[in-house]
Amino acid sequence: MANEVLTGAQAIVRSLELLGIEDVFGLPGGAILPTYDPLMDSTKIRHILVRHEQGAGHAAEGYASASGKLGVCIATSGPGATNLVTAIADAYMDSVPLLAITGQVGSKLIGTDAFQEADIVGITMPITKHSFLVTKAEDIPEVMAAAVMIATTGRPGPVLVDVTKDAQQAKAEFVWPPKIDLPGYKPVTKPHGKQIQAAAQMILEAKKPVLYVGGGVVRAGAHKELLKLAELIGAPVVTTLMARGAFPDSHPQNLGMPGMHGTVPAVTALQKSDLLITLGARFDDRVTGDVKGFATGAKVIHVDIDPAEIGKIRFADVPIVGDAKEVITELNQELTAVLKTSKIDIKDWWTFVGGLVERYPLGYTPADDGKLSPQHVITRIGELSGPEAIFAAGVGQHQMWSAQFIKYERPNSWLNSGGAGTMGYSVPAAMGAKVGQPDRLVWAIDGDGCFQMTNQELATCAINNIPIKVAIINNSSLGMVRQWQTLFYNERYSNTDLNTGTDTVMIPDFVKLAEAYGCLAIRVEKEEDIDKAIKLAIETNDRPVVIDFIVSRDAMVWPMVAAGLTNDEVQYARDAAPIWDGIE
Amino acid sequence: MSKHVLSLLVEDKPGILTRVAALFARRGFNIESLAVGTTEVEGLSRITVVVGVEGAPLEQVTKQLNKLINVIKVVELEADQAVQRDHMLIKVKTDSSTRSQVLEAVTLFRARVIDVVSDAVIIEVTGDTAKCAAFIKVLEPYGIKELVQSGVLAMGRGSKSITEKILK
Repeated sequence: MANEVLTGAQAIVRSLELLGIEDVFGLPGGAILPTYDPLMDSTKIRHILVRHEQGAGHAAEGYASASGKLGVCIATSGPGATNLVTAIADAYMDSVPLLAITGQVGSKLIGTDAFQEADIVGITMPITKHSFLVTKAEDIPEVMAAAVMIATTGRPGPVLVDVTKDAQQAKAEFVWPPKIDLPGYKPVTKPHGKQIQAAAQMILEAKKPVLYVGGGVVRAGAHKELLKLAELIGAPVVTTLMARGAFPDSHPQNLGMPGMHGTVPAVTALQKSDLLITLGARFDDRVTGDVKGFATGAKVIHVDIDPAEIGKIRFADVPIVGDAKEVITELNQELTAVLKTSKIDIKDWWTFVGGLVERYPLGYTPADDGKLSPQHVITRIGELSGPEAIFAAGVGQHQMWSAQFIKYERPNSWLNSGGAGTMGYSVPAAMGAKVGQPDRLVWAIDGDGCFQMTNQELATCAINNIPIKVAIINNSSLGMVRQWQTLFYNERYSNTDLNTGTDTVMIPDFVKLAEAYGCLAIRVEKEEDIDKAIKLAIETNDRPVVIDFIVSRDAMVWPMVAAGLTNDEVQYARDAAPIWDGIE
Repeated sequence: MSKHVLSLLVEDKPGILTRVAALFARRGFNIESLAVGTTEVEGLSRITVVVGVEGAPLEQVTKQLNKLINVIKVVELEADQAVQRDHMLIKVKTDSSTRSQVLEAVTLFRARVIDVVSDAVIIEVTGDTAKCAAFIKVLEPYGIKELVQSGVLAMGRGSKSITEKILK
């Protein structure tokens, strides 16, 4: 039978359908117009019209991070495409499977500085896993299939497909499935058997092991395998900012988050460990502090699907390249076998670590300025919503408190911008998450600074019946920057006042703004109203809800390791260093 | 700083040179020389890079290069197991009193004169980096007006080929 002849635009839509894509986020414009026409007829793909392309990018990220599926966003050429750049960079840093489709000016116009022309392939080269410029209609099926394969396999990441307008308009035979020819792309997922044995041996010999768990475990869906491994070894577990939820917070072995704002037990356990069992983590500077002084007595087993991560920051005594799920499965088998004849004895280690857990629980000093304590607000959101909910945070203090004070029990329940630290991530990411997981309760926990960067997507949520809940942790300032100014810049508050608090000019008034967007809007200023507002938000599903929590601007994120210091210098609270004893 | 010669087998796709060159800059490695051209296999190109390594180990850049989708293979060619050649064109000032001395140097270095005018010659020389540098030193007193050179070209010794395993 002869192949069907389709326009390039139809081929894009058909390819997406055949690749199983059900939801896309985008905004049309001149160079992508041909593709929007057949998109209108697709019964398999739901297109959600955003208000800004950055929103489409983060929505696709939130969709992917919450569901484990590929996120897709579409934009036109020039500014449409460049507005995606932040989200693409964000997805690159956090290994989010993302497909960005952009229109490009006609192939004859490329290089002429045509209207809305931008070299988006060139612009995004450093922040994509790969990118394609398509100038011929017949290349579309193969490129689309290859793009999806690259984005979703190996270490996931963003892939950009830039299609010229004439390629969308031209006709070509639609051949499916296309032959994907990528001789240079062969991700290794299966670990080397010898390395598994070496790792098991090292684990047996360790006296002070810690499982250092990163976002790779979440992306690989390896949480069940991780639970088994952790219980086989019996060692303390720390879950990085990207891995919150990879291991249940209710589990007694979980010490919480390590790093700059990690718990004292998590930071200290890594620091005093003799073996870091590193799973899908990359020794980010926010985890290690000054890397020269990081866990100096520890050997390292480093499991990562990306060989370039191994040895990049820290030498690995046992490097294992592979998919976290496959590696941990094999490690579990090996350990189960060797544990028949040997035993892991880390009782003394737990005596020390347990002492830390007892002495240095997460906590905070309640606000004394009549405003709400942000930590309390966030704790209550977590408690009243439960572990089946999804929480997407912006970037800053509220993000750290959300990572600390919400208890995560399952992977993909915590979404945030970890590597890039993109303010404005949460509202569109929550929107995407709700589209991907419509039956779950989805919160955007945002700051007053972040919220003002991307709140236009509330219109998208209201109109498309995507009832997310937004909690603005409103301290009327760029809180994390202000915290640094308090601590390191002699309380000189240069350009961190946002004037959104109730004792300011309140521009904008978030309640009025949210109402204008068709949301239920609530302002909470008294502690006794917190639960009521959260419950009302949870019960309201006919429109998005925005709660403006007026919180103290003097609240700070603790514990903290100041930038550039080693983790030995972790502060439990301002001018309060923990006392370590019992182990060296 | 240590220098290393990397040979990259890449797909002949638009933008590949940008991807490779930008990666070196982005990851903080310094390209000392670069040579690009097609190979005996259609659709495949070869990039020879001399890279200066300071601080981060070379391994980091080779691993990052391997992550580029259009890069098929990255090989470090160690000096004792590979032949390396530079190719240079040098325009030297000459007059009746110096021409014979310049020509003598050309013979000694097994270079060739490829263009002659009354007050200058263009010389072509091929060799490893050290030989070319020595030749330039000899010519300098006469006055080098212009110099252009290829990047280092390198190939592993013996009968094996970098493309062998790829084509199976």
